Amino acid sequence: MRMFFSFLAGGLFGAGLFISGMTDTIKVQGWLDVFGDWDPTLAFVMGGAIIPMFIAWRFTKGRAPLLGGAFPSPARPELDHRLITGSVMFGMGWGLVGLCPGPVIASITYNGWEGVLFMLSMIAGMVVAPKIGEQLDQIAAKA
Amino acid sequence: METDWIWGLAGGGLIGMGGAVYLLGNGRIMGASGILGGLVDGSGRKDAAEKLVFLAGVILLPLVLSSLFMVKTNTHMTGNVPLIIAAGLLVGLGTRIANGCTSGHGVCGISRLSLRGIVATVFYILAGGMTLVLFRHVLGVI
Repeated sequence: MRMFFSFLAGGLFGAGLFISGMTDTIKVQGWLDVFGDWDPTLAFVMGGAIIPMFIAWRFTKGRAPLLGGAFPSPARPELDHRLITGSVMFGMGWGLVGLCPGPVIASITYNGWEGVLFMLSMIAGMVVAPKIGEQLDQIAAKA
Repeated sequence: METDWIWGLAGGGLIGMGGAVYLLGNGRIMGASGILGGLVDGSGRKDAAEKLVFLAGVILLPLVLSSLFMVKTNTHMTGNVPLIIAAGLLVGLGTRIANGCTSGHGVCGISRLSLRGIVATVFYILAGGMTLVLFRHVLGVI
């Protein structure tokens, strides 16, 4: 049953990314490019996704997941250097090509060698991230 | 196109329902970078099968939909190799260091009114917008 729910969640996520146009880099870069031909679609996608999720979070109060276990612990309130540095790095890569992790995966079958190269580079970044994160911690501790 | 926002809203709704199924069913936060990253760096091998099945769904549905309707398959992806590698590395590094991307911090974080999710989203959108404007309108390379 956990497998079925995982597949269903992934399928809805992939289908949503596909029909919303978020695997099209022009639409994503169009949203980031405030000095170009601005495209508001991404804001509608975010809004459309946040509404069901907002309701879902309300449902978690005082309950347990359908398939057992526990819901994620409450969101941590503290902001740290990793959150800021990492988000800035992610944003830079996102702006350069117009792909974030979800759409990279969703479009892998029709995004050509370019999509495969992006995915491999992204995975390489993910593999070295724990080490780079530790180095950032050391720099932050000295600062 | 004039109808793009409707497709955006509908697609966004599906993304949010996917997140709701993952949260209410499996008790997990649907974050693309966390799910893939946990598999490739070994930190999330505990429930690797579930994550692989999730990723299979993410890949399979667009493939089925694009084969059925033959629409919207043009990603307009750049062919600039150094740019692809640099951007891919930045996205992989950044999302793992910040512990989330557009789905985890953006959709799942903002919807639970998490300060970390909201701050992360503000920073990656600002960084993305400034990087794009710099490279497109100032340097003229993308």
